[in-house]
Amino acid sequence: MVETLEKLSIDLEEFNRLHAEAHKETGPKRLAIVASKGSLDMVYPPLILATTAVSMGWECGVFFTFYGLDALNKKKFKNLKVSPVGNPAMPAPLEGIPVQVPNIIGAIPGMTSLATIFMKSWMNKASLPSVEQFLNMSNEMGVKLIACSTTMGVMKVKKEDLLPFAEIQGAAAFLHFASKATVTLFI
Amino acid sequence: MVKQTEVTGHDAVVDARNTFCPMPVIQAFQAIKTLSAGKVLKVLATDPGSKADFPAWAESTGNHLLRHEEKDGTFTYWIQKA
Repeated sequence: MVETLEKLSIDLEEFNRLHAEAHKETGPKRLAIVASKGSLDMVYPPLILATTAVSMGWECGVFFTFYGLDALNKKKFKNLKVSPVGNPAMPAPLEGIPVQVPNIIGAIPGMTSLATIFMKSWMNKASLPSVEQFLNMSNEMGVKLIACSTTMGVMKVKKEDLLPFAEIQGAAAFLHFASKATVTLFI
Repeated sequence: MVKQTEVTGHDAVVDARNTFCPMPVIQAFQAIKTLSAGKVLKVLATDPGSKADFPAWAESTGNHLLRHEEKDGTFTYWIQKA
């Protein structure tokens, strides 16, 4: 009986040692984000989280796929838009007048540009960097900005169309990176 | 809650007032890079989220949040580089 207990206690010690070893934190934390949306409002969250992660000492990679790839497209990233149509969260355009733009008005040509102008002015007032500034900052801080190669094929985007710091990868490479991540997000 | 330590001074200041997340933390990160270990960075912010962000950021980076104060909507943080 005593022998069995002794053996059990040794086994438990060994188990604890192995468990601690297996769960030991090796290297920095890592954030892996899939950015799948190409509208102005949806490009900010991945860039905000990515830069914050690096500021916390984490590694970070953002995989821009489908419409999300527009954020790395030289011809498009400065002209991302926010749509007032089907967007019930769109704030009322005039301060103090709580009247939202009806969808049918929002569908008139030019309204998306107008909504975008409003959104950009709100962001500017809040001293939020532009998409361009955020992308440059992300790159300088060491965020991996990854262009999805399938999207490039589908949308006919060439390497020259992308910002120079974009890395081109497929799903396997990104999953390999993400498999070692502490936090993974799909946006 | 953060332990409040007496602070005698600081070696650099970041004024992140009137900016929102993530700018206070990003500016602190950029400023603290230029300091050597043991130096103290003072950060001014008005983003109410910074009250939760700076303790988390400090814990994550290993830097020490020595003290924080709140007065008239301005948050002040003293962070010592690890």
